[in-house]
Amino acid sequence: METEKYNKTPQVSQVSLKVNGQTSTLEVEPWVSLLDALRDHLGLTGTKKGCDHGQCGACTVLVDGKRINSCMTLAVMRDGAEITTVEGLSQGETLHPLQQAFIDHDAFQCGYCTPGQLCSAVGLMQEGKAKTLAEVQDLMSGNICRCAAYTNINAAICEVMGIEDKGGRI
Amino acid sequence: MNRITYSKVKDVRDAIHEHSTTSQAAFIAGGTNLLDLMKVNVMQPEHLVDINKIGCDAIEQLSGGGLKLGASATNADTAYNEDVQHDYPLLSEAMLSAASAQLRNMATNGGNVMQRTRCYYFYDTTTACNKRSPGSGCSAISGYNRMHAILGASEHCIAVHPSDMAVALTALDAVVCVTGHAGAREIPITSFHRLPGEHPEKDNTIEADEIITAIKLPPSSYAKHYSYLKLRDRPSYAFALVSVAAALELDEEQNVISASIALGGVAHKPWRMQEAEALLTGKPATAVHFKLAADKLLESATGFEHNNFKIELARRAIVRALEQAVNKQTEL
Repeated sequence: METEKYNKTPQVSQVSLKVNGQTSTLEVEPWVSLLDALRDHLGLTGTKKGCDHGQCGACTVLVDGKRINSCMTLAVMRDGAEITTVEGLSQGETLHPLQQAFIDHDAFQCGYCTPGQLCSAVGLMQEGKAKTLAEVQDLMSGNICRCAAYTNINAAICEVMGIEDKGGRI
Repeated sequence: MNRITYSKVKDVRDAIHEHSTTSQAAFIAGGTNLLDLMKVNVMQPEHLVDINKIGCDAIEQLSGGGLKLGASATNADTAYNEDVQHDYPLLSEAMLSAASAQLRNMATNGGNVMQRTRCYYFYDTTTACNKRSPGSGCSAISGYNRMHAILGASEHCIAVHPSDMAVALTALDAVVCVTGHAGAREIPITSFHRLPGEHPEKDNTIEADEIITAIKLPPSSYAKHYSYLKLRDRPSYAFALVSVAAALELDEEQNVISASIALGGVAHKPWRMQEAEALLTGKPATAVHFKLAADKLLESATGFEHNNFKIELARRAIVRALEQAVNKQTEL
């Protein structure tokens, strides 16, 4: 029964994605998340799968300029979208200011959450809502760091955004 | 996740038609709750109808006053919308207290009010849950129930509705606009969500063939004195244990002209009680009177062991939210 249903299910859709400036047409099943499409179909494994439930933020990418959890959307829903992943942040060998600041401030230990933290911080800067450290903390709370490098992550982001980091808490 | 089929529709009529082609179809907009539930097999639709591009994403002023929030406008676009921030700051504050920035960029207004409970037993398919599997029993009543309801629960379900947005909408007398095969209708937010009773599998009163097109806000006199107080285990990115949407209209002597209070995290729907609000009308906006209103709101509150603390927490939160509403320094 299940096999019959599977065989009758049209399994592949064509999806066009412009990822880091390069347009690709993928053939993906409708249940494939954007995250899996990026990692497994395009080989862009910088974007990480943490919880796969929109809770940890490791899969954060920018879609049409806005940060989202790529695990919580289907690739077919993003046909025609412009996507930026961590691989697309640098200009050649020149790191994005946030990438450099993360290095300067030692803003990671294991590094697994870092691609999501970086993409989320780029989104945060583009949104332009955070003016204080407390607001940075609140608006970055969708990105969990198991190593708890939060203090250094906040310091890196605040430096790039020109926010005075007084080391306070929310 | 199960194998599914998918189609994208272009308008409301197409959406309703496409949804009716199989009994196992589901609308998908932001997908932040539905895909989560599909990954753990709590919801198992066979066909997804993508309604992101059906022309329901505008936020516009209504000709007779008030604001119409498109169902597929995102929570972020809604919370940061100038008219929302200026005329309905309580709603903006509630929405920005919810989820994460990433999720708010995806989640839509229609989806927000349609989201399911975060009861851990509802999510765990190895346990009994009347909401997930009607007739199987409620694991929470005699289980670990720290996050569960203290008001309006039934012997079949003690789940709470997780939305912050819906709590503010309830305090602001919003109306949910839906369209189905039988045409369009408007459902006051207070009767959109329902109490569990004998049918906890039904979260709300929308019919299976209906789709939310917009949420309307009537003109509000609560843009000056308001507060959304959300109490939770960490200060950001968590669901409410108790939340209070408090709104006051005050005269020059700080007497209450009108009050609106809605509670979140305490029941199967946002909790509002007009008898409690009436206790404040004409009275000085002081803690003594706020406490009387809190007592009234919670007079039928019942704990189930681990959530007993919520009753006193809610009582204090109501008083504090109303005090914050009085003292809110809002530049209009």
